[in-house]
Amino acid sequence: MKKLVVVGNGMAGVACVEQILRHKPKFEITIFGDETHVNYNRIMLSSVLAGEKSPDDIVLNGLDWYQQNDIDLRLGIRIVDVDSAAKTVTGDDGSVTSFDKLLLATGSLPVIPSIEDVKKDGVFVFRNLDDTRALLERSRPGLKAVVIGGGLLGLEAARGLQVQGCQVSVVHLMDTLMERQLDEIGGSYLAAKMNRLGVTVLLGLSTTAILGNGKVEGVQFKGGRSIPADLVVVAAGIRPSVDLARKAGLQIKRAIVVNDYMETSHPDIFAVGECVQHNGVCYGLIAPLLEQGKVLAATITGNKGPTYQGSILASKLKIMGVDVFSAGEINDKVDGSEVIRYEDPSLGIYKRLTLKDNKLTGVIMVGETSDSHRYMEWLRGGTDLAKLRRQLLFPGPGDDGGLDAAQMSDRETVCGCMGVTKGTIIHAIHEKAVNTLAQLKECTRASTGCGSCTPLCQQLLKAVVPEFEEEGKKTLCKCIPLPEDNLRQILRSQQLKSVQEVLEIYGNGIGCEICKPALSYMLDMLWCGDHEEDRSARFINDRVHANIQKDGTFSVVPRIRGGVTSPDELRRIADVADKYKVGMVKITGSQRIDLLGVKKEDLPKIWADLGMPSGQAYTKGVRMVKTCVGTDFCRFGVQDSTAAGIEMERRLENLFTPHKLKMGAVGCPRNCAEATVKDIGLVGQEGSWQVVVGGAAGKKVRKADLLITAETTEQALDAAALIFQYYRENANYLERTYDFVERLGIEKVRKETVYATDAVKHGLRDRLRKSKARSQDAWLEREKPNHPTQFVQIRPLEEVFA
Amino acid sequence: MKVEKTWVRITPPDNIPLCQGRAVMAGGREIAVFNLGNRFLAVGNRCPHRSGPLADGIVSGDTVVCPLHAWRFSLETGKGASSASASSCVETFRTRVEHGVVLLELPVESAVDKELPAVCFEHGEAANWSESSSTAGD
Repeated sequence: MKKLVVVGNGMAGVACVEQILRHKPKFEITIFGDETHVNYNRIMLSSVLAGEKSPDDIVLNGLDWYQQNDIDLRLGIRIVDVDSAAKTVTGDDGSVTSFDKLLLATGSLPVIPSIEDVKKDGVFVFRNLDDTRALLERSRPGLKAVVIGGGLLGLEAARGLQVQGCQVSVVHLMDTLMERQLDEIGGSYLAAKMNRLGVTVLLGLSTTAILGNGKVEGVQFKGGRSIPADLVVVAAGIRPSVDLARKAGLQIKRAIVVNDYMETSHPDIFAVGECVQHNGVCYGLIAPLLEQGKVLAATITGNKGPTYQGSILASKLKIMGVDVFSAGEINDKVDGSEVIRYEDPSLGIYKRLTLKDNKLTGVIMVGETSDSHRYMEWLRGGTDLAKLRRQLLFPGPGDDGGLDAAQMSDRETVCGCMGVTKGTIIHAIHEKAVNTLAQLKECTRASTGCGSCTPLCQQLLKAVVPEFEEEGKKTLCKCIPLPEDNLRQILRSQQLKSVQEVLEIYGNGIGCEICKPALSYMLDMLWCGDHEEDRSARFINDRVHANIQKDGTFSVVPRIRGGVTSPDELRRIADVADKYKVGMVKITGSQRIDLLGVKKEDLPKIWADLGMPSGQAYTKGVRMVKTCVGTDFCRFGVQDSTAAGIEMERRLENLFTPHKLKMGAVGCPRNCAEATVKDIGLVGQEGSWQVVVGGAAGKKVRKADLLITAETTEQALDAAALIFQYYRENANYLERTYDFVERLGIEKVRKETVYATDAVKHGLRDRLRKSKARSQDAWLEREKPNHPTQFVQIRPLEEVFA
Repeated sequence: MKVEKTWVRITPPDNIPLCQGRAVMAGGREIAVFNLGNRFLAVGNRCPHRSGPLADGIVSGDTVVCPLHAWRFSLETGKGASSASASSCVETFRTRVEHGVVLLELPVESAVDKELPAVCFEHGEAANWSESSSTAGD
């Protein structure tokens, strides 16, 4: 068997090897990689930096793939020399390896502009997994980060750092962001979007020096202006890595020159990827590199025939909420070309199509890219658009943006990166019994590149495989398709404080009855009450602080802490019931009194007459603490559950929780007030309290789990406060404690609350304290309504005659 | 019999907060008026399912979701807009804002039967509701 040596263990090299493995004859393959990782998806590094994916998530070829294909993988070895006459390569470990065929897939290197002191501590590049890890280690909330370079990579790095909580500025030499993919207008729309996310964009600035004594303190620009920085990322572009090719004596211009068969000037040395140029063009994007790999695989295995004809350049910015797509020719000054523009400044949408002879030559989209698939098809296929002139910017009626899987022909490309057609996917689903996205990825490689075709792949799977279930975490709703834990992270890091803002940046700008209350809760919890309260995003119960009944009237439940009331309170309740002709007075299951059938406009008056605080019986929040008579009167009580329960209620009342939260405190294990089936319970025993969590006696009955045994009442109340705040911060909206505790496991809950480090516990207590300080009895709105017509029924200014 | 319609001055726009609804009794009817930011829309206040007050629902785009059982209706056409409400509809009323007051267009005859069974019209016909319903009421 002939020996094939591959230098470079990146996406282009390994993808080419994957293609080579499909041909005969077989080679004995050795791959050298100077990184210590298996082949991973470099395009997704920005997602790793943003914390959306872990390094393991972006692995493309695991170690088992190399083993199964008998590939000798040598990681951490840099090839430093090639002897093209003797046909050997030399590694930086001194090893000499001989080859029959050599494949150079050396990729590219970051361009480091000539900036004074660019090697200073705190200056990073953002090119590989190790760079990403180093950045993640260094970034901290509040740190000032400056990204030099406003291209794809720089912007993605900026966004990643910003998610980590840094204050980020992007400095760009040119006057337009991503000027190689966008025109001036598109660039300004993009800059506005980045600014909105909280990333400062500085244009037309040439960086001259990194300032600071020993470590980075600032960045200086031409003209003398400077800005402070704790961390600098240089993302000023890439250049082909051609040193080895030069040593091998290959013909090099800007990069290694290859012909249509992907041959270099040496018959046994080949090159693929970012390190080559074809017809004068270097491709730095994934799809062309894979097309090249296919052709090269045929050539290198002696099956020469297929040719590479160049590719359509297309790129997509991968920043959530900042959609940018650009493909084809960007210059619109080409003779005979027509330009079609669409702009909506308030929505931040910009589209520009360039046509020549009724064919699409270029497209730019900012803010709305759902049509990118359609345009790519037109570019690839050279579609005659004469008959589609009226549907260029918007698909015709009944056609949803070209994304409708059923309407696509089998020849159409689904995954542009890996060149996988719909037909190939359907074939794989039928012939190879594919029924998950993971299997589809493994089998066809679709959706393993930039990931933008993932929804389309899922749509196809859904259409063809009846039992297909979408993988991944459950998202909040259709309006804002993100899992809630991601969303919480995003809202915190993006400093978003209003529901509408969140919907506009990360959702459909509209929202519904599911996401609006959920987002309202999240914002209130994350900002400890210091958010922009939007009552239109709240359920009616939280607009008028009463529980809507089937006839549209409301119920009123005043707070009776621990179920302990007084003759005076009872008299007032009785008087109110009479005065307002309350339909029913009911003792609730929670040791409280419910006044049912109250009209909305009577609510503020009733609250005033009662002179008691809201019992929050209408909201996803702290309901009550049910108690037994404890030690004061009971013959068996060993702990003062009444006092402990009242104190617990006082400390937590008026706060919102992901779902309603009911508590209990009992003075002995006889459990008269049923604390072991409450969300949080205190169970008194001789000399200690058991603090329990996750009990239920509703649709589901579940005995609460023991969180900790506390010696004193104060310790028990502290443990209850910790689990309370932990639940507030980590549960999904409408997830009761019993589901939450079961999902996480009580061990994890203990470890992250009562057994957490002091710093973590302090943080939980501190945020709870802040939230509590900003909270208030909702019924005080009787005096200071949130809106003049909050409770009143509007009377028309004029009567309609009969 | 042809029923006349008339514009009735209801309330200053500020009384209806952005993206919320408010109920108003006018011409013997209970009407929910919504502020969508760039326009006001009005529908009959009672959900045809179990009479939930639509004015108290959450607004989602140009639809409202009933607070009782989440039936959804288009505020533009009155048509049901969720799977549960698909074959139901609510009455719609034209609105306009003039001299700082929201006006509703109401049928003059107040004796129109509010308990009429819900009849759904195609888009564009909803405004003619009162004409048809008056015939049915005779």
